[in-house]
Amino acid sequence: MSGSAADWGEAVRLLREAPLFELGRSADAVRRELHPDGIVTYIVDRNINYTNVCSCGCSFCAFYRKKDAPDAYVLSGEELSAKIVDTIAAGGVRVLLQGGLHPDWGIGEAVRLVREVKRHPIQLHGFSPPEVWHFAHQSGMTIGEVIARLSDAGLDSIPGGGAEILDDEVRRRISPKKIGWEQWAAVMREAHRQGLRSTATMMFGSVETPEAIVAHLLRVRALQEETGGFTAFIPWVFQPGNTELSRDPRFGEASPRGFGHAVGYLRVLALSRILLPNVSTVQVSWVTMGAKVAQIGLFFGADDFGSTMMEENVVASAGVSFRMSEEEIVATIRDAGFTAAKRRT
Amino acid sequence: METVRRRIRDKVEAGERLSESDALALYRTRDILAVGEMAALANRRANGDRVYFIVNRHVNPTNICVNRCRFCAFSKEKGDPLAYTMTMDEILRRAGEALEQRATELHIVGGLHPDLPFDFYLTMLRSLREQFPSLHVQAFTAVEIDYFRQITGLPLADVIAQLKDAGLGSLPGGGAEIFAPEIRNEICPEKISGDRWLEVMEAVHAAGLRSNATMLYGHVETLESRVDHMRRLRELQDRTGGFQSFIPLAFHPKNTEIAKGYTTGLEDLLALAVARLYLDNFLHIKSFWIMVGPKLAQISLHFGVDDIDGTVVEEKITHAAGAQAGQEMSVAELVTMIRQAGKIPVERDTLYNVVREWPAEGDGG
Repeated sequence: MSGSAADWGEAVRLLREAPLFELGRSADAVRRELHPDGIVTYIVDRNINYTNVCSCGCSFCAFYRKKDAPDAYVLSGEELSAKIVDTIAAGGVRVLLQGGLHPDWGIGEAVRLVREVKRHPIQLHGFSPPEVWHFAHQSGMTIGEVIARLSDAGLDSIPGGGAEILDDEVRRRISPKKIGWEQWAAVMREAHRQGLRSTATMMFGSVETPEAIVAHLLRVRALQEETGGFTAFIPWVFQPGNTELSRDPRFGEASPRGFGHAVGYLRVLALSRILLPNVSTVQVSWVTMGAKVAQIGLFFGADDFGSTMMEENVVASAGVSFRMSEEEIVATIRDAGFTAAKRRT
Repeated sequence: METVRRRIRDKVEAGERLSESDALALYRTRDILAVGEMAALANRRANGDRVYFIVNRHVNPTNICVNRCRFCAFSKEKGDPLAYTMTMDEILRRAGEALEQRATELHIVGGLHPDLPFDFYLTMLRSLREQFPSLHVQAFTAVEIDYFRQITGLPLADVIAQLKDAGLGSLPGGGAEIFAPEIRNEICPEKISGDRWLEVMEAVHAAGLRSNATMLYGHVETLESRVDHMRRLRELQDRTGGFQSFIPLAFHPKNTEIAKGYTTGLEDLLALAVARLYLDNFLHIKSFWIMVGPKLAQISLHFGVDDIDGTVVEEKITHAAGAQAGQEMSVAELVTMIRQAGKIPVERDTLYNVVREWPAEGDGG
């Protein structure tokens, strides 16, 4: 199921040309098939970014800093613990832990972080594939060894970040120093093999073509066919504020024809649902699209409202700061006629 | 529900008028894809793929208002530290800036000021016409018009005739809120009644001026009261044909006396789509991007909307109540947003004459 040429061509046609309502209805049908009970899930968790120091320097990112920048930071163990205590007090069941590729960090620092988090009774969803790859590289270990060490220390699952667009031509333009798509897939394959589940994301609306979006979706589908380890797919829209990429003429040229806008978001969301029937959940991104568009996303194939976040630093660096409390998430799901259910992982 | 929806769909496809119970059934459904697709069909029939916008500027000459509507975060009492009244020079300066920005319209609405005489407004209109003859002045809600009648003691028709004579080009549609008295008494007890609002608009249309119509939703109104509101607008429009567009306005709770959350995306899209379907004698349904946010406004172009308002530049009323959107969008931003939705951007003037049409594909914007 790696995607025949016919699949590919038809998917590109759907994305570019299908009437919005046709896409919506097809996606909604897949969602109903997988979730006939009309349940839309969400999680109360906290997003923690342990450092903004990153040697990757992706042009689409407004969050990263060089090590010597005045606003560079690394959270101390005490700061991390305090955030987790707050999270538990607020009813949070999970921490989403991600950070930059710190040039001085290797597996030792990563394991220490995991232990710090797991001193508390809370799930740890952490370290996207570029981080895992970075720790392996820094410490001269294999991906398998790094994942085993993190897993032994208590890591529960892996977030699907750093996927951007799983197409190396796009990656060369927006994140040339980041791992390629096959390495991203290799980390996920190994994590799934070791019994860790993960999500998969897609950041679109930068300089990619419709063909690259479809390639991404078909690659995730093929990998899922192989491992079955993806729990959810999360497409989200590139936020250009304060980024180097926003000043790149190639972005200026690509964006009017791209999908980085509200209608484009619904199209990509629906296509994701249609092309990934083997991934149980598709999540809306209220963080980038706001509560209103996210709610409409529930009619275009999504069955999960994501998380309360509690803090969000990466998208906020690009000047976008939507906020939603648990009450708002529940009310929004119910208003759309669905049953809201809090998930644990 | 399925059979009801099929019956409504048949009516829409046949171009038949929907009943009040049809409108209510559409409001009650959560099947936004079905409602949206019907609304898109009705809109395509009326407007093709064209989406209108205007280069305009809002001016709110004063926030001092003798009414104390509970949903309003904008109005202030005289003497309040946040109260303001623009001088004639300040108003004219904004008009000058608007013209420099290629605006074709000034949109002027304000509070019911206890002291400003009717002459102030007549002088304002005359000065604007003298200094900026190319700017169309769309000004004064029906509420303000009735207030002028009250402070002058003149007959309504004379007030309108004098304003028209001084240069008033058309009227916006504000102050309609919800007509049903039991809701209206709760949210804006001092404001003119729904009946009166409609009488004023009938007189405005009789004087040869066009206007818009609005509906404030998402507060304490019922779905029945929304349908009643639209029914009365549709009936008046059958008689006068004077309404250009219908604009559902999403209630914004911040700093108001009504404890309620913001409207949801579904609620906004339903308000727009049901309006498109029920108000078959309104050619234009407008989504005011300041109210629902630019993202939902763009999506609404597929749910029956053919007008996305304008560049605005300075918006005080909704922002006082917590609107998140900016106050200004450039022509390039509006054009891009419309094109990305797969529609044809058309810059219009106030009366929907085409100022410029952008090609559907290719460079531009």
